[in-house]
Amino acid sequence: MSPAIQIENVHKHYGEVHALKGLSLSIEKGEFFGLLGPNGAGKSTLINIIAGLTRMDSGRVSVMGHNVVSNYRQSRQSLGVVPQELVFDPFFSVREILQIQAGYFGKAKQSSAWIEILLEGLNLTDKADANMRALSGGMKRRVLIAQALVHKPEVVILDEPTAGVDVELRSSLWRFVKELHNDGHTIVLTTHYLEEAESLCQRIAIVNQGELVALDSKESLLARGVGSTCTVSVTLSKPINNLTDSLKNKLKSCDENRIEFLLNRDTDTIISLVDNLRMIGAEIIDLRTEDADLEDVFIELTRQVNR
Amino acid sequence: MSWQGMYTLFYKELRRFGKVALQTVLAPIMTALLYLLVFSHVLNEHVSVYNGVSYTAFLIPGLIMMSIIQNSFANSSSSLVQSKVTGNIVFVLLTPLSYLEFYLAFLASSIVRGLSVGLGIFLVASFFVELPLHNIFWLLIFAIFSSAVLGSLGIIAGIWAEKFDHMAGFQNFIIMPLSFLSGVFYSIHSLPEFWQLLSKFNPFFYMIDGFRYGFFGVADVSPYLSLLVVSSFWLGFATLTLFMLHKGYKLRD
Repeated sequence: MSPAIQIENVHKHYGEVHALKGLSLSIEKGEFFGLLGPNGAGKSTLINIIAGLTRMDSGRVSVMGHNVVSNYRQSRQSLGVVPQELVFDPFFSVREILQIQAGYFGKAKQSSAWIEILLEGLNLTDKADANMRALSGGMKRRVLIAQALVHKPEVVILDEPTAGVDVELRSSLWRFVKELHNDGHTIVLTTHYLEEAESLCQRIAIVNQGELVALDSKESLLARGVGSTCTVSVTLSKPINNLTDSLKNKLKSCDENRIEFLLNRDTDTIISLVDNLRMIGAEIIDLRTEDADLEDVFIELTRQVNR
Repeated sequence: MSWQGMYTLFYKELRRFGKVALQTVLAPIMTALLYLLVFSHVLNEHVSVYNGVSYTAFLIPGLIMMSIIQNSFANSSSSLVQSKVTGNIVFVLLTPLSYLEFYLAFLASSIVRGLSVGLGIFLVASFFVELPLHNIFWLLIFAIFSSAVLGSLGIIAGIWAEKFDHMAGFQNFIIMPLSFLSGVFYSIHSLPEFWQLLSKFNPFFYMIDGFRYGFFGVADVSPYLSLLVVSSFWLGFATLTLFMLHKGYKLRD
């Protein structure tokens, strides 16, 4: 069975810049997949190559088994892309935009009922006949999602869909996307909100400087973070200002009498931390350890490559 | 071929200029009629170009063709450059439409806009002057082929232009001078020999001359030569447009 998206050894240059350096990965059917990376990492280039908006220098990409270059008609039928920018056609209403988009995919006639379902599911029914210019940013974002889904693609790519979206709309969008996933769609998400990726995605790829620096299940990635470092939060009876150099090296943050230390699990122990604090006269009234979250893993992995 | 996809793009382009018809259809008709009013008032009694044809009657086919040229070009070029600048071109590029379907849809909508404006000027001008119709075949073929040439050139310009300023330059420094200096207001036989020769390098001259032949049955050069020139330009621009679209030039980086 072919994967939903197969990416093999993809290279892309923009002049002197090597934007993608032989990137390979595979996304299985029905997955909720996260694609993370700092700005300029190559995420959007990769998405554009999958969607046929950008041409790769070499490599091979397929969507639902259809090569995006030689079999682009089928691959694009299988794919819906929600672009990052809030782009819209100012000449048309929401309903007209969706009818036109369905028509491009040869599904004008059979899409009427589906368009109504999309409008309702994305809370756009009231605005169906409004011109796109009259909509708020959040509403335009929902129309972009409806446009990506109007031809009923099996694979949906959401390129930072919640950027600049308020909290209420963000949660309603995620409810809708979760329903899509439950209906069997493969979802690929890029986001800068790592807590979103942590709560939604089953597998996560981290891209940095055009290379894949991690590709694993969410649990394995988080375990990887737990394995290398550990944050210990200490509350003292009163603030201190005579930390030794060895304690300063482990210091993560300090707020009055609450201090966070980042310990290396291979070389540091909590006991030695407590002993060192006692030696300088600190009186500990509370001590907690915190597990790594995806943000710690992300920072650690992208920092390693940037060194 | 994805007939429905292509038809949708064509229909969308029609709706686009239809929604602003005041600007895209009625304004050029008004402009052409103002030219007609001013030039015919000043020159009708003083200038005779063809025997038995008043200057006003001579002027009308030229004005119609000039408007067809300018509006067919404006349709595809402005639509593309707007879509590129605002970013909504992505909605077409994400679809399974082939480069040939993309070209044909934009071409057909440019032809329809050019012919709509041309027909509008013809109908309104008919109230003022009775125009002979020597051969409707020549008339239609030059109207369609000319708008196809300019529709294709508009696609090329729309793909090439990265901002509205580029497009204004293309329109004001290439399309406007070539259309004004193509024999809209005069016969090239009234020009000095050097300018006559120069006019023969202007493809718009053949569009207007052949179109005028459809009305009066007389022209400065053979309509067959004009048709050969116009159709060659279409073939050339169509080939270049299809090549650019196939390569994704400035559309798919």
